[in-house]
Formats: sequence, structure tokens, C-alpha cells
Amino acid sequence: MGAIVEVENLTKTYKDGLIALGGVSFTIEAGEILALLGPNGAGKTTLISALCGITAPSGGHARIGGHDVVRDWRAARRLVGLVPQEVALEPFERVINTVRFSRGLFGKGRDEALIERILRQLSLWDKRNASTRELSGGMKRRVLIAKALCHEPRVLFLDEPTAGVDVELRRDMWEVVRELKAQGVTIILTTHYIEEAEAIADRVAVINKGEILLVENKANLMRRMGRKTLRIDLVQPVDTVPEALAAYDLERIEEGAALLYHYDTRGDGTGITRLLQALAREGLCLRDIETRQSSLEEIFVGLVQEGAA
Amino acid sequence: MNLRAIWAIYTYEMKRFFRTIFESLLSPVISTTLYFVVFGAAIGGRIEEVEGVSYGAFIVPGLIMLSVMTQAISNASFGIYFPKFIGTIYEHLSAPVSSFEIVTGYVGAAATKSLVIGAVILMTARLFVEIEIMHPSMMVVFLVMICISFALFGFIIGIWSENFQQLQLVPLLVVTPLVFLGGAFYSVSMLPPAWQVVTLFNPVVYLISGFRWAFFGVADVSPGFSLAAVAVFFALCLAAVWVIFRTGYRIKS
Ligand SMILES: Nc1ncnc2c1ncn2[C@@H]1O[C@H](COP(=O)(O)OP(=O)(O)O)[C@@H](O)[C@H]1O
Ligand SMILES: [Mg+2]
Repeated sequence: MGAIVEVENLTKTYKDGLIALGGVSFTIEAGEILALLGPNGAGKTTLISALCGITAPSGGHARIGGHDVVRDWRAARRLVGLVPQEVALEPFERVINTVRFSRGLFGKGRDEALIERILRQLSLWDKRNASTRELSGGMKRRVLIAKALCHEPRVLFLDEPTAGVDVELRRDMWEVVRELKAQGVTIILTTHYIEEAEAIADRVAVINKGEILLVENKANLMRRMGRKTLRIDLVQPVDTVPEALAAYDLERIEEGAALLYHYDTRGDGTGITRLLQALAREGLCLRDIETRQSSLEEIFVGLVQEGAA
Repeated sequence: MNLRAIWAIYTYEMKRFFRTIFESLLSPVISTTLYFVVFGAAIGGRIEEVEGVSYGAFIVPGLIMLSVMTQAISNASFGIYFPKFIGTIYEHLSAPVSSFEIVTGYVGAAATKSLVIGAVILMTARLFVEIEIMHPSMMVVFLVMICISFALFGFIIGIWSENFQQLQLVPLLVVTPLVFLGGAFYSVSMLPPAWQVVTLFNPVVYLISGFRWAFFGVADVSPGFSLAAVAVFFALCLAAVWVIFRTGYRIKS
């Protein structure tokens, strides 16, 4: 599958001179779930707004389905559904009517069967005749998703879909996102929850201060995160790591008072038992052992700090 | 051209009107009746005729203009201001809809509503006085052009406004006084000579005069001037809307 969203050096400077995007480039593959992860004010909403036509980019290019979002805006926007960060709904309108309106706005003819399917999928069918202002916050967000889906977009942007939503609803939302992916929809969701990115994304893009710091396959990130370090404090410092332990790739620190062993928790075996036995055979006495995990959070914080430096 | 989008906006706006059809029509009917009671009975008793037309009939075109202009403005300005205010404008901006299509939907709906109200006022007035329309097709041309132009004007106000006060400011401080002073209830020739000259700087005079001419064949200014005035006003509003969308003024950040 090819790239469905291509962003090249996209910039956005607001009228007050604030540079919200400072030359962002990345691509999104058709059919994937990309989590755009970054702290508040990182530029996530601005990036989505520039791609969807809410705000005019100051420079650079972006294409959706091969159509430039500025020059060929009509073709590009036909492919896109947007669920905004702020819940905005006409208060006195019935749920089903706002959804029908969205479909009309995107130039699609009536399709009541499709609307029914979408409302059912989002558990909104029973509420279809309710006035939107009667709905709870979580239900309102579902209505926004229904509005975005009813014109059959190929790319769906979800801007912080689970902010301020309780845990149960968040799980439901993830379920919906997975179903959509199964239907072939490409999904870009922004979040500042690391667990969220971890739970549903295929790839994670980390953004801070208007810069994309990395775009990486989640599995790779997890692998980094899955790495643990075993620290072995020795009673007697060693000058060199004994020959017999070479296979473990040990790192000598604090002038040999301690050794570090890096291993992968997700491997077929961590090798810890064998290492400890080998240490005993070499006659090394252990004072203490300790294990540490580097989390996605740590990786993330590290990246954000690097970006700030 | 995304015709379905225009239709979606138009019908959505019209639904709002029909949802409150009773209130929407009741208030113009009541105010027309009141105007007849006040102007027709009280003043009409003293001014029997103006330029050969009974005073009761003479004020009908002015009454229609007053309602049509204020209704076109308030409907169109509210129509576009509301999505801005509650944030649902994001959907228009992210949809494959051009500004032309958005304007057509909102302005078309606001013009239709004010047209309906104008027709209802005319029918109400007929209950009180006998009215014969001398140039019916010109009457319709004036009415439709004015509905559309003022709806466009209202659309501009709705885009420009940042709060509800501003939304009401222009209709209240500019349009209503200009209509009252524009000969809605009197003929310009009834004013002292100096005021007659001042009055000619009021653009609304030309609109009301032309509309009244279509009814009774009497006018303060020549009907050609009136037609030109309507066309110029329409063109100015259209140009302003075009500039607004070109620059994204107060719509996109
Ligand atoms: N309309 C605007 N005008 C000026 N500055 C803005 C506007 N919208 C957002 N910003 C600023 O741009 C930066 C990025 O904001 P945003 O894209 O909303 O971040 P995020 O969605 O990641 O929290 C912030 O510093 C924010 O204050
Ligand atoms: Mg945001």
C-alpha cells in the first residue's frame, strides 16, 4: 500500500507571529493507524487543521490521495473526515439530521442504510431522534464521529478523541477505531496519552513545538521500550569482564564495581538464569541486583527534551 | 459545483424556519396589523391621500420593505454567525464546498424566508385596504433583488460580527433608521425642501421608491434610478463577500 497523506515541509505561522508548525514532513500509509503524540501546544491541532482546510498553511505542501490540499482542495477534502478536538454540535437538531446534513455537505446522495449502519456501530441508533444537547459528552463525540464517517472518508482525522472521556468509553472508542481500520480507513489520531498511542497505533509520530521528532513503527518503539537493563553490583570490582561471559555483552561501569546486562523481555528467554550461573562459576560474588525498564514515556520525554535543547 | 451541499445548507436553514413557522410569521403579521391600526387609523384619518393613493395603501410597500430588509439581514447574519459561534463552522471549512456554494445556501435560504414574510405581509395588508399592483412583474423583480441583496448584506454582518451585540448593531443603528427615514411611511415630497435633498443621500429611499412605483406608479425618484440603486447595492455586497472569502477574513485563522 502506498502513501495516502504526504506532508512536505509544511509550515504555519499564526498572525501573532507564533510559529505553530516549523517545516513538518512525513507520510501516512493507506490503511494504517498513526498516532500523533505530543504535549499540549505541540501543534497537533494546527497540523490537522492545515491538512483539512480549517486553516491555510503558510508554506510547504500536503497531498491527500495525491491531491494537493490547497490547489486541488475539493478532491482532497472529499477523501477526508474530521473529528475536531472541541465538541461542536448544533444544539436543537436531532442526531440523525445532523448526520444527514454532513453527508449532503460532502455532496453525497441520501443513503439511509449507511447512516443506520454507522449509527448502530457507534451505539447511537437508539438516540437517533434525540436532540444533540440531551446527549452526554461521550455521546456527543460519537455523533461527531458519525458525522465524519457518513460521507465515507478514506482518511479519518480524530483530534484527541478520548480527551476528557472516561476509561470505559475510551476502550469503546479504540474498538471503533479498530473496526474502521478493518474497513480500510486510514486513521490519524492525536493524543497526549502515551498508553493510547501504544494501545491502538501502528505507527507513532512524536511532535513537539511544531517539529516532528520521529515517526516510527510502534513495534520498534516497543522493542526499545521492551529493553531492560540488569545491574549487577559486585562485592569485588573486576578489571575486565571474564572471557567466559563474553557472550552476554556486559558493560563494565563504576570501575568494575558493577556490570550492566541489556536484554529483551520479549525474547525467547532473557538469559538471566544462565548469566547468574556463569557469574557464580567465575567466582564473582554479587552484592545486589536491580532491573530497570526504559518506557515509551522515557523515550518520549527524552525526545521532547532533545527537541527543546 | 457541489449542488448537494448548497441544497443541504439551504434545506437545513429552511427547516429552522419551519420549525418555528408560527413565531416566524406571527410577528410580522402582528406588527403589520399594529402599523395599520396606528398609521392607517390614527394618521390616515388626517392624511387621507398621498399622491392619489389612500394613505393605508400607500404605506404597504414601505411596511413590506421594512420587514423584508430586517428579516433578510437577521436571518442571513444569524445563519452564518451561529455556526461560527458554536464552532460547527469547522464542518463547512473542511467539506468540499466552495465559498460560493456556502453563500448561495445561506443567502438563498434567508432571501426565501424574507420573501415568504413579505408575501404574508402583503396578504395581511389586503385584509385592511384594497391594493392594486400596477406593475406586478417589476414588483417581484424589486422584491427578489432586495431580498437577495439584504441577505448578502446580512451574511457579511454575520461574518464580521464577533458577538451578538455586533450582530444586532448594524440592523438596529443603521438599517432600521434608514428605512424609517427612507420614506417608508411618507412621500419624500411631503418633507421641507432642505430635507428632501438630505433624504436623497439615503440609499434606502431609492429602494422604497422603486418598490412603491411598482405598486402605484408614483415614485419619489425615477424607477430607473431605483433599479440602478438595487443593482449597485447587490454588486457591492457581492464584491464584499468575494473579498471576505478571498482573504479568509474572520473565518480562517
Ligand atoms: N488561532 C490561533 N492563533 C494563534 N495561535 C494559535 C492559534 N491556534 C493555536 N495557536 C498556538 O499554536 C500552538 C499550537 O497549538 P495547537 O496546534 O492547538 O497544539 P496542540 O493541538 O498540539 O495542543 C500553541 O502555542 C497555540 O497557542
Ligand atoms: Mg489540540
